[in-house]
Amino acid sequence: MATVLACIDGSIYSESVADNAAWAATRLDARIELLQVLGRREVVADDRSGRMLPRARRQLLEQLSTLDAERAKLLQKEARLVMEAVSARIAGQDVADVRTVLRHGDLLDALAEREQTADLVVIGKRGEAADFAKLHLGSNLERIVRASQKPVLIAARAFRPIRRALIAFDGRASALKAVDAVAQSPLFKGLSLDLVTVGTRTDALQRQLDDAAGRLRAGGREVHPRIEPGQPDRAIAAAVERDGIDLLVMGAYGHSRLRSLVIGSTTSEMIRACRIPIALYR
Amino acid sequence: MLATQRWDRLRDEWLGNARSDLVAGLVVALALIPEAIAFSIIAGVDPKVGLYASFAIAVVTAIAGGRPGMISAATAATAVLMVTLVKEHGLEYLLATTILAGLLQIAAGFLKLGRLMRFVSRSVMTGFVNALAILIFLAQLPELIGVPALTYALVAAGLAIVYLLPLVTKAVPAPLVCIVTLTAATMLFGWDELRTVGDMGELPSTLPIFLWPDVPLTLETLEIIFPYAAAVAVVGLLESLMTASIVDELTDTTSDRNRECVGQGLANIGAGCMGGMAGCAMIGQSIINVQSGGRGRLSCFSAGVLLLFLIVVLGDLVSRIPMAALVAVMIMVSIGTFSWASIAKLREHPLTSSTVMVATVIGVVATHNLAIGVLIGVLLSGIFFAGKIAQIFDVTSTLSADGRERVYRVQGQLFFASSDDFLAAFDFREVLERVTIDMSAAHIWDISSVAAVDTAVLKFRREGAEVELVGMNRASETIVDKLGVHDKPDALDKLMGH
Repeated sequence: MATVLACIDGSIYSESVADNAAWAATRLDARIELLQVLGRREVVADDRSGRMLPRARRQLLEQLSTLDAERAKLLQKEARLVMEAVSARIAGQDVADVRTVLRHGDLLDALAEREQTADLVVIGKRGEAADFAKLHLGSNLERIVRASQKPVLIAARAFRPIRRALIAFDGRASALKAVDAVAQSPLFKGLSLDLVTVGTRTDALQRQLDDAAGRLRAGGREVHPRIEPGQPDRAIAAAVERDGIDLLVMGAYGHSRLRSLVIGSTTSEMIRACRIPIALYR
Repeated sequence: MLATQRWDRLRDEWLGNARSDLVAGLVVALALIPEAIAFSIIAGVDPKVGLYASFAIAVVTAIAGGRPGMISAATAATAVLMVTLVKEHGLEYLLATTILAGLLQIAAGFLKLGRLMRFVSRSVMTGFVNALAILIFLAQLPELIGVPALTYALVAAGLAIVYLLPLVTKAVPAPLVCIVTLTAATMLFGWDELRTVGDMGELPSTLPIFLWPDVPLTLETLEIIFPYAAAVAVVGLLESLMTASIVDELTDTTSDRNRECVGQGLANIGAGCMGGMAGCAMIGQSIINVQSGGRGRLSCFSAGVLLLFLIVVLGDLVSRIPMAALVAVMIMVSIGTFSWASIAKLREHPLTSSTVMVATVIGVVATHNLAIGVLIGVLLSGIFFAGKIAQIFDVTSTLSADGRERVYRVQGQLFFASSDDFLAAFDFREVLERVTIDMSAAHIWDISSVAAVDTAVLKFRREGAEVELVGMNRASETIVDKLGVHDKPDALDKLMGH
């Protein structure tokens, strides 16, 4: 049985993540595993020896660790409440099997461990700590998308039923991977598909586009391929807005971290600009 | 024990097998002469030092030792330890070392250190004898390099006699025939260019006299001799107790190991006071003795007395023995001591056992000190053993239905070598409200494991879980240094069963 791994936290994205996961699980006939990671606290590992008398220091450390334990207990209670709420939300949506996994530590470590048995990872665009006003992406998002070996579905702030999907196609290997996934996975069955390439029309580009459309049609998908002029991130975002697209599908980060640092990443730009769920393939 | 019983036993040990003991004693005495001379040469002292030592040690261990039928005398194992001492400080310090080693051995006997032999595994023993064989062979090389060509012919002839004669007759010891034949040939043909025993130093012409070593009784002297004495004491006891267990096996009887320690100590004190070097039990000679019918104390006693008698009477002839003959005998001793089967079994035995054996050999040959090699071997076998026992350890766990509580069940042996595995078996990343650690099927052997349990509890607590430890009392029954298994008949069942 397939597994959809949904990463949740206490943020308002958790409900949308649950809805996205439920949508995917219903289509894939999969179970859902809800993963919540309690982040590393400020541990009292820093060395205070030498500044305090041993006894005073020991007392202080004891107090700090009691505090740690108390805090961990509260965090745990809170996390369980979140889990219960999310589970209840999913239970109302025809998903038979929901499991919950609560872990301590770093999200990336926990994800790397849990995604071994998963087929799709669902994560919110932003987490508890993100700054909405500036439209910054969650600090974990890019790390997760780069590290994950599995397809990632990025949930937008609110979920709406998915009828029409747009595949942003640039001819790279990861985009071809995305095309193949759309052609084969039941996730995309019956959706109306737009296959869009941004750039100047050339014969080579047209051939690539036709080839991809051919693959999609071979998988029984109904697809409208086209080439749009302009900058990829802006053109796609505009198309999404204009055509009322419900889901964006594309290849994941194609460039190294170093290059993204200097010239910025198209993938990140598009995730930021589009306010709909995004499925990333690598 | 009643006085009459004690007397009966004493008479039995001395006279119960008198005729065979005397015959075996003569055979051993004849075989001892060349070896005692050769070992003196290994140590770098006059032949008389080894001969007097062999006399004193054989006689004293016969009376005071704990293993009737075992032969003790000057040995290669102790001789190789004292080479540098003799070179740097001279004979008198060797005698003082011998006496001190004797005192240490007596102390070991009274402290019942014979039981420590339990920690010397079979692999270490095999390594020990193999290393001894290599050392004996290496000691012969100076006699084989840069000598007249005739020497090689004589050594070859000697080896031929030593190995071929036993095929014809075993009535006379082949090494003795080898020495007599080669000596006679040398004298007959007047091969004067060959080195003889007489060239190596003075032979005894009188009975030994009691003489305190001429060394200053200062702390400085102690500093010089103590390391050598300690090594001699350890190696002496090691080889003696190993030989005792071999004789035990051959004769199907038991020996009193602590008494043997004291006996070896007294023998070395006696040897030191009579101008002899340190010695211990001899594996090869003891086997010869038992095979010649020697079982009682009389065989070793008569061997010592006859050895001295023969030397005093035949001293002139002994000095004419060519070194080549002794070399041939020593090569035979070396080949006979080496456990050839152990080479064939290197691949057959577990890798750890073979490693221990080889490490012991390398340790000895590199340091020329049998004690260090044995120490390496014992340490390694201890570590390997701990490593194996650490594998008898397992942690299983079950999560409650609501996912909030996990029960860890710890089974097996928890000690310093397994406490890392213990900690690794817990998933501290899992968010839990209650953690139960059930220790009732585990044994806690030391404070490292107590610390590991503590760490586990603290880590879970820090993550906000309530931790309960179950069965710690039973698990930690094993932490006491001495298990009271002997007093309580059901203790062992309890220990292993729960």
